[in-house]
Amino acid sequence: MAPDTKHLEVTLDTQVESVNLAEEMCLRVAEAAGFAEDECYRIGMSVREGVINAFHYGNQEKPDKKIHLGIDLTGEKMVIHVMDEGKGFRLADVPDPLLEENLLSTSGRGIFLMRTFMDEFDVVPGCTGGAEIIMSKKLPLPESASGNGDRRPSNSDATPHQEA
Amino acid sequence: MPALYATTREVGVITLIDLSGRIALGEGSALLRKTIRDLLDDGKNKIILNLGDVNYIDSSGIGELVSGFTAVRSRGGELKLLNLTKKVHDLLQITKLFTVFDVFTDEPTAARSFQ
Repeated sequence: MAPDTKHLEVTLDTQVESVNLAEEMCLRVAEAAGFAEDECYRIGMSVREGVINAFHYGNQEKPDKKIHLGIDLTGEKMVIHVMDEGKGFRLADVPDPLLEENLLSTSGRGIFLMRTFMDEFDVVPGCTGGAEIIMSKKLPLPESASGNGDRRPSNSDATPHQEA
Repeated sequence: MPALYATTREVGVITLIDLSGRIALGEGSALLRKTIRDLLDDGKNKIILNLGDVNYIDSSGIGELVSGFTAVRSRGGELKLLNLTKKVHDLLQITKLFTVFDVFTDEPTAARSFQ
């Protein structure tokens, strides 16, 4: 990790409430990093979908398993990691929800939304044996921040501190 | 983050469900499912979902809309959408569900579409 990277890491219980908690946390970091409202919405939605994926598919809603959420703020982008304690999966095995035969499926759109809303998206084997979703969004340019000048994080900015 | 609120009203043979809040995992999805199932159990299968005050839907909420759509259709009825907010509109567009749902911007036109 680069020395100027700020890192936040939390371990969440496998429960529905963790979805909202993770979304709220990442929204606060995104807002502090200067993302505009629309981008915050996309980041929040992506985190939500990542944690839903970990909760439902990865950990299969088993309360003894944990969800690991990590946020890195580099000078260039916000990187989000969501790791479960399931068996992992391959992106290539995820059905395309836009195919005609999948349009009426009641599930399977989370990965698609994360891919659509974030700049970078990947799924790798996690160190827990489950899947690790890694997704990122480039930090806004100074002029695109909402009327507040340069909102890129600096040492004095309201960015996260290391948490357990 | 507010939960979902749902109220139903009758317009002729059509039932309108006015929704406000979020349709998301653990919040509104279950309420929406129950509201639609209860209407179907009462024999009401011409349904309009007024989403004018729904400002957030996640993949679970999208799944619930699709589930409601197929449940109503399997009972010989129709479920249509009214007054989408921009975020919901965009979400249905990128998921191609605009090609599935009938979507309206005003209530009289939505009601007439059932005739």
